[in-house]
Amino acid sequence: MSIMTEVTIFVLAIFVGFEVISKVPTTLHTPLMSQTNAIHGIVMLGGLIVLGYADDGLEYVIGTIAVAFGAINIVGGFMVTDRMLGMFTKRPKPSASSASRPGAAGSKDKGEDASK
Amino acid sequence: MTSLAVLQPGGSAATALYIVSFVLFILGLKQGTHPTTAKRGNQIAAVGMAVAVVTTLLLNGMGNWGLIIIGLAAGSAIGAYASIKVKMTEMPQMVALYNGVGGGAVALIAWSEIRHGISLGGPMPLESLIPTLFAAIVGSVSFWGSNIAFGKLQEVIPTRPMAVPGQQIINAVLGIGVIAVAIYIAINNDPPSQGLFILILVAAAILGNLVVLPIGGADMPVVISLLNAFTGLSAAAAGFALENVALIVAGTLVGSSGTILTLEMATAMNRSVANILFAGFGGAPAAAAGSGEQRPVTSIGAQDAAIKLAYADTVVIVPGYGLAVAQAQHAVKEMANQLEARGVTVNYAIHPVAGRMPGHMNVLLAEADVPYEQLREMEEINPEMPRTDVAVVIGANDVTNPAAKNDPDSPIAGMPIIEVSEANEVIVIKRSLSTGFAGIDNDLFYEPNTSMLFGDAKAAASEIAAEIEQL
Repeated sequence: MSIMTEVTIFVLAIFVGFEVISKVPTTLHTPLMSQTNAIHGIVMLGGLIVLGYADDGLEYVIGTIAVAFGAINIVGGFMVTDRMLGMFTKRPKPSASSASRPGAAGSKDKGEDASK
Repeated sequence: MTSLAVLQPGGSAATALYIVSFVLFILGLKQGTHPTTAKRGNQIAAVGMAVAVVTTLLLNGMGNWGLIIIGLAAGSAIGAYASIKVKMTEMPQMVALYNGVGGGAVALIAWSEIRHGISLGGPMPLESLIPTLFAAIVGSVSFWGSNIAFGKLQEVIPTRPMAVPGQQIINAVLGIGVIAVAIYIAINNDPPSQGLFILILVAAAILGNLVVLPIGGADMPVVISLLNAFTGLSAAAAGFALENVALIVAGTLVGSSGTILTLEMATAMNRSVANILFAGFGGAPAAAAGSGEQRPVTSIGAQDAAIKLAYADTVVIVPGYGLAVAQAQHAVKEMANQLEARGVTVNYAIHPVAGRMPGHMNVLLAEADVPYEQLREMEEINPEMPRTDVAVVIGANDVTNPAAKNDPDSPIAGMPIIEVSEANEVIVIKRSLSTGFAGIDNDLFYEPNTSMLFGDAKAAASEIAAEIEQL
């Protein structure tokens, strides 16, 4: 791939990024940041390539750490985002909770459940 | 050292699969525009990541499977464990930590690329050397900066700004020095010097520490967004070095998103990004303001507060970071339930910088089952304030300070605020009259229609809920 092709892709990706992200409401900014955070775990591919073709001691160490870092980034990032977004989607009926008086204690329990 | 050997590195099949993966990232992010679809969007993006990882594992010539499995297993286990254990209030430091490891991976990959270039002998081509140097510098700054941000948010290291004398000059010298050495390496690239490269990594690491250490806790949302953008860009740079289209696109998307969020945060605080990074303002005692004369405040108990709230038609709750610290979100929701049971309309006014990262308060309230329809943004709720009977400020301070509007000399002058003083009555639940992050006195506390309810946010909200029930 020529360098100019890469630059073309890079510039277009900037605009796609701005276009998509600017439509995300403030409510979802924390999960958004957490999700994009997981996406930059893509650097793990670089770690895999480095480690997959490594042939000396130091390279083994650098590559293994890079892969482990990348895996923390990817797995942790996507899982924690999933946990957070689960809280936005598990929505029984907004009106139901206001009607039930002892619902207060119940909602506390539900909060605990969600954090499992 | 056998390889699974199906895909040619840089070949059409591998590239096609990488394209599939970044298309899934973009589709996943697009789904993130609405709370009900965002979860699926995240899963779509995760599938994209799986496609990218599997594609890479299938590249021809890949070996060292034992080490690859160890790295993947160890990293996945740590990431999974941390993501299950983390509390929602600790989300900012979790993001900072993941961000740091991402940056660290980039810096290590860059180091390996340089070694690879040297081992090939001869000059290293500039189109891979320049992005490698860029990735090394930004990755290293991001790794160390994120670790410091994590330490501050986790309160392992003091949250107050820590600066050494001549900090600005040291940072400037380090920054310029790093760039100068990088240019030197790029010019004398036959072969590039590994020693100088390591010098760059170390200098960038020191720079990352020094830039974030003087930043106070209140400005952390901006710093995290910015470091997020940095790590994304450094991943894109690594993509240029490795000629990997998935890295370029994914890294750039993250760079864009981090940049947007950073600018939005800065706008919400009415400060420039440069001011946040270099002024060391967040948490600085602003000239001992407010230590002057004692002004009278109206103090009330939970029972009075309950009466005011129960007989109101509309109540707006203004949550701040203090609510999160006290883990009061469930107690507040309980209070809101009691009010709604009596027919009171309850809304939540969310300032853009409430909490410690953009949108943090929304996550905390969602955790407590507050319907997101009740979470109202500042611009939306301010016009309704004059028609609001009671505004309840819980653990928020600077974001309600009328001085931002009325006092052009205030350090927070011009910062958009939630205009609670427009409401008929204001109840402020707070431990004491102490100042907020900005270190300035809040005129709101002394206004005639403001009542202070001193105490812990969680205990106070529970008491009010119990009192309302008794009425």
